[in-house]
Amino acid sequence: MKFLMSEGFYEFVRGPMVWLAFLVFISGSTYRIYKIISGLKKEAVVLPYMSFKYGLRSIAHWATPFGTVNWRRHPVMTTVTFLFHFCLIITPVFLLAHNILLFQSWHIRLWTLPEGLADLMTLIVMLSCVFFLLRRFVAREVRFVTYPSDFFILAIVFLPFFTGFLAYHQLFLPYKALIVLHILCGELMLIAIPFTRLAHMLFSVFTRAYTGSEFGMVRHARDW
Amino acid sequence: MAVAAEKKEVKKIIDLGLEEGAKKLTPEKIEITINNALAAMGGARLDAYVSTCIHCGLCSEACHFYLSHDGDPHFSPVGKVKQTMWEILKNKGRVSPDSVKKIAEIAYTECNLCRRCSMYCPFGIDIAYIISSVRRICHLLGVTPQYLQDTAHSHAATMNQMWLKQDEWIDTLFWQEDDYRREIKNLTIPLDKEGADIMYSVIGPEPKFLAMLIGNAAKIMNVAGIDWTFPSFDGWDNSDMAMFSGDQEIMGRVKRAHFEAAMRLKVKRIVMGECGHAFRSVYDVGNRWFGWKMPPVPVIHAIQFYYELIKEGRIKIVKKFKEPVTLHDPCNVMRGRGLGDMARYVVNAICEDFRDMSPNKEHNYCCAAGGGVINCGPPWKLKRMEGNRVKAEQMKATGARVVITPCHNCHSGIEDIIGYYKLGMHTKFISDILVDAIEVPESMKAKK
Amino acid sequence: MEATQKSEEKVQPISKQGIPSPLHTATPLDRGKDAESRMDWDTKEKMIANTDEWKSRYAEVRPFNVSEDGEKIGAVVQNDDETFTVCINGNPWEETYEKIWSFKFTNEGKAACLVLKDNAWTVALDGIPWNEKFDYAWNLQIAPNGRSIGINIKKDDQYGVCLGDKPWVQGFADVRNLFISSDGTKAAASVAVKRLAEADIFNFQKGVWTVAVNGVPWDKNFVNVWGLAFSPDGRHVAAETRINLYDYAVVVDGNMWPQTYKCVCEPCFTAKNNVIAPVKIAKGWTLALDGKPIWGPFIQVWPPKFSSDGQKIAAVVASEFGRWTIAVDGSAWKQTFSDTVLDPVFSPDGKRVAAIAKESKDPMNMGSSLHSIEGNDRWTIVVDGIPWNQDFDMIWDPVFSPDGSTVAAKAEINGKYCVAVNGKAGKKMFDALWSPVFSPRGDKILVRCIGGGKYYRYVVPLDEI
Repeated sequence: MKFLMSEGFYEFVRGPMVWLAFLVFISGSTYRIYKIISGLKKEAVVLPYMSFKYGLRSIAHWATPFGTVNWRRHPVMTTVTFLFHFCLIITPVFLLAHNILLFQSWHIRLWTLPEGLADLMTLIVMLSCVFFLLRRFVAREVRFVTYPSDFFILAIVFLPFFTGFLAYHQLFLPYKALIVLHILCGELMLIAIPFTRLAHMLFSVFTRAYTGSEFGMVRHARDW
Repeated sequence: MAVAAEKKEVKKIIDLGLEEGAKKLTPEKIEITINNALAAMGGARLDAYVSTCIHCGLCSEACHFYLSHDGDPHFSPVGKVKQTMWEILKNKGRVSPDSVKKIAEIAYTECNLCRRCSMYCPFGIDIAYIISSVRRICHLLGVTPQYLQDTAHSHAATMNQMWLKQDEWIDTLFWQEDDYRREIKNLTIPLDKEGADIMYSVIGPEPKFLAMLIGNAAKIMNVAGIDWTFPSFDGWDNSDMAMFSGDQEIMGRVKRAHFEAAMRLKVKRIVMGECGHAFRSVYDVGNRWFGWKMPPVPVIHAIQFYYELIKEGRIKIVKKFKEPVTLHDPCNVMRGRGLGDMARYVVNAICEDFRDMSPNKEHNYCCAAGGGVINCGPPWKLKRMEGNRVKAEQMKATGARVVITPCHNCHSGIEDIIGYYKLGMHTKFISDILVDAIEVPESMKAKK
Repeated sequence: MEATQKSEEKVQPISKQGIPSPLHTATPLDRGKDAESRMDWDTKEKMIANTDEWKSRYAEVRPFNVSEDGEKIGAVVQNDDETFTVCINGNPWEETYEKIWSFKFTNEGKAACLVLKDNAWTVALDGIPWNEKFDYAWNLQIAPNGRSIGINIKKDDQYGVCLGDKPWVQGFADVRNLFISSDGTKAAASVAVKRLAEADIFNFQKGVWTVAVNGVPWDKNFVNVWGLAFSPDGRHVAAETRINLYDYAVVVDGNMWPQTYKCVCEPCFTAKNNVIAPVKIAKGWTLALDGKPIWGPFIQVWPPKFSSDGQKIAAVVASEFGRWTIAVDGSAWKQTFSDTVLDPVFSPDGKRVAAIAKESKDPMNMGSSLHSIEGNDRWTIVVDGIPWNQDFDMIWDPVFSPDGSTVAAKAEINGKYCVAVNGKAGKKMFDALWSPVFSPRGDKILVRCIGGGKYYRYVVPLDEI
């Protein structure tokens, strides 16, 4: 605990470690996308069928809440999924505390979420994670395809928000320790994205666009 | 850690193709073959799909097998991927001969490659592609269902699906021409007519069992005044079960014969009969194997052809079909070509009482016969029936007496379902109804 | 020398007669020396037959065919009593039949077809039926030199081949891929030596197919046997085979190349009796000469063609996925085409290459069975990598003038036909037309056409086309 709260460690996790995390995240993501695209060039039958128009059309439908048949079939799941992903991305980007750090370091000013709202959004992310967790136990079709890695990636997503929430409300542990844990978890998540199935953040745009292109451009059919 | 749900016990099905094939395998051979196969596939697409799948299970309700088995997760699309491709990847190809048999059974008899699930996966993961890749591996391992393999052999040896000899094909055309000449004066089924506008192509079962469909087509062509032809030589069959057995080399070869027949006859288009998988094979799968981005000669499905003939007044509808009908949307021309509206236009034009199914068009449930499943033959029929209760319920709800199925696999598969679930309906092709609905001008009628 | 100069132009005589020739026949057709020089190049216009009058005379007139010299036009016609006969230049054969099909002219201008009488099929040549009769006959092929006719036959539930009224002695369970040697004295085919029970996948995989040459099968069986080829001297046969479900091989006279491949296409012989075939290797497709890759690799390579001196090789290739062109001696033309490119044709001197190409602006749009899509499915001729400026609704094989300077082809525009020369559509449009033939000096073109219900044979100076 002492180590966790030491100034040196704090400086490390909020300094070099952040750089490292981003470096791994960006280079790892770039590498994986590069690998897939160069691999697809060899497979020949994918890239020639990619269409910007139909790819985007498909993405637009699926990025719209209740914009597809399957989204409408699962109102709860759909609501949770969209809220979760929205809050997951927006909260950290526009959080006051993050923006202060950003300003301190680089004098960049971003729009900032009201603190109460940010708190609510964090709660939404955490509750969504609980929902996804429960779903893995309750829904038969999900339980059947659940692996330890599924819990692992859920935890990776849950933890930065959880620790951030605790830190903001100064619960359970000393603030300093929570902040360090929070930063570490955030960094872990960044690092994990390219190397776990969190990579769906990187690939889903392409998989969706490809299916949208095949359905739309080649087969003249809808895919939503 | 993955939780296994209970699977309903079913009587063990013996398929000689799977049994004998698995007997010849050794763990080493399996590992080498699988890893070579995965390397040859390139792997990038598979990698993207496997890395993207978040195991959410949202694809489950897309699948008629899953719905018909009361939500048994073994039958969900992702559940089937888990039991097959994940199993292979997780073990890096080190799977036992028994596992290969099990994997083959799932890939060949529990998935119709109907692509409905890629419309339900939020990421658009092409699960049919993954299962096709599994089938490719099974083909390379020599573990394929006997009857499907036999059909692939037929394609390889005769370029048609039914072991039809060349004289049998030609004779069927002569025979149909003679038959229909009693109705239409000088009706011709032109053979090898170079420079015709259209080459009409069919699937092997038409000359083998359903020759009147060729006669139907001839009547429609003659009445509509279409300049058309059939090749007398190999390449007339547009179907392709090698595509489904995983024998891509034969698939490509069969497609080449088909397209070259059209190019040799100098036709402008290929119009094909009412078949779905054949359309898929010529339109966006088989053609790609030999490097054709799109078919080198445009291919038009019968639905689209009838639609144009009626819409442009090339044929006139004078006697509509009276019984209540419904329409089954074949996956390969709905998700495969978006012909839902055209099919409805045609059915409404020729039938008085059309009752649509729900869900329909791109979202329609598969017939459970396509994707080579019905071609796995008698051993698997019961499984296929049990796997599509949801289709039976869907059809029953329409209250129709006739199910129009513009696809051969659907036609046979749905007739089976009707029998098994005692629905008291019958299947018909569009052309069955169309030939009786169109006006034959007096000048064309044969003297009695 | 003159004969060899002309031999390349002789690649398509069969299709000139309006009968489809296989796209990938490897052996150039030698239809006899100086065929063109024997033709009448002086009469400017000859009305050979009033074809409209035939239509009033007969209950039915089936598609017309013309002889290569243009002097004859013929068709299968139906009499009022529902029997069929063949009408040549307005004169019907005396004999009538229950059915007639596969009517074509031989290179020497004889009319050949398959006829049915009293439940027996045979060949009728200029109205005279062969002595041999069969339960079924099909695939009428004329030997490359035009001197003999071969057919696939079925008799007493056995399949075989009949070459020039002489059927093979041995029958088989199935016979396909008939190939006749260039001198017309030999025939080869892939044959099934055993009848299999339904769904007997195991024996099939042991191999029941082989090659029979003049009815005598090789002693080795294969899983599949497809395209065959005779060597120019007729002494060797090469075959495209699958030796198990996964390995493909080229087999020459029963001996396999040492390598197997992931796939092969039909082989052909070079002038020096070497065998060449497109083969699939790990990196793509290439041409292999006696088992050694000589080209590529490309995404795809189709079976090649040779210049008349045998020195140059050209083949259709896909240089990238979905883009087609011609490669000459391994180097692909820069210009590629979206839909397809058909077999290359060498000029008689072997210096130039022409091929049919098809391009679509929007290949994904296959919107109509009855109408053309604007900008799609446009056919043209490409000469030495440069496409003609004009494109057409359909185009037939390019024909080089004897000196190679001019390329002509039958072309279709709005349902009418014209002779297109060096990229320009001819002035005159016809209701029916057969491929142009150059005069020996290359200054005139023989135009065989139907216009106004009559069949004409015109000899047109090149500059008046």
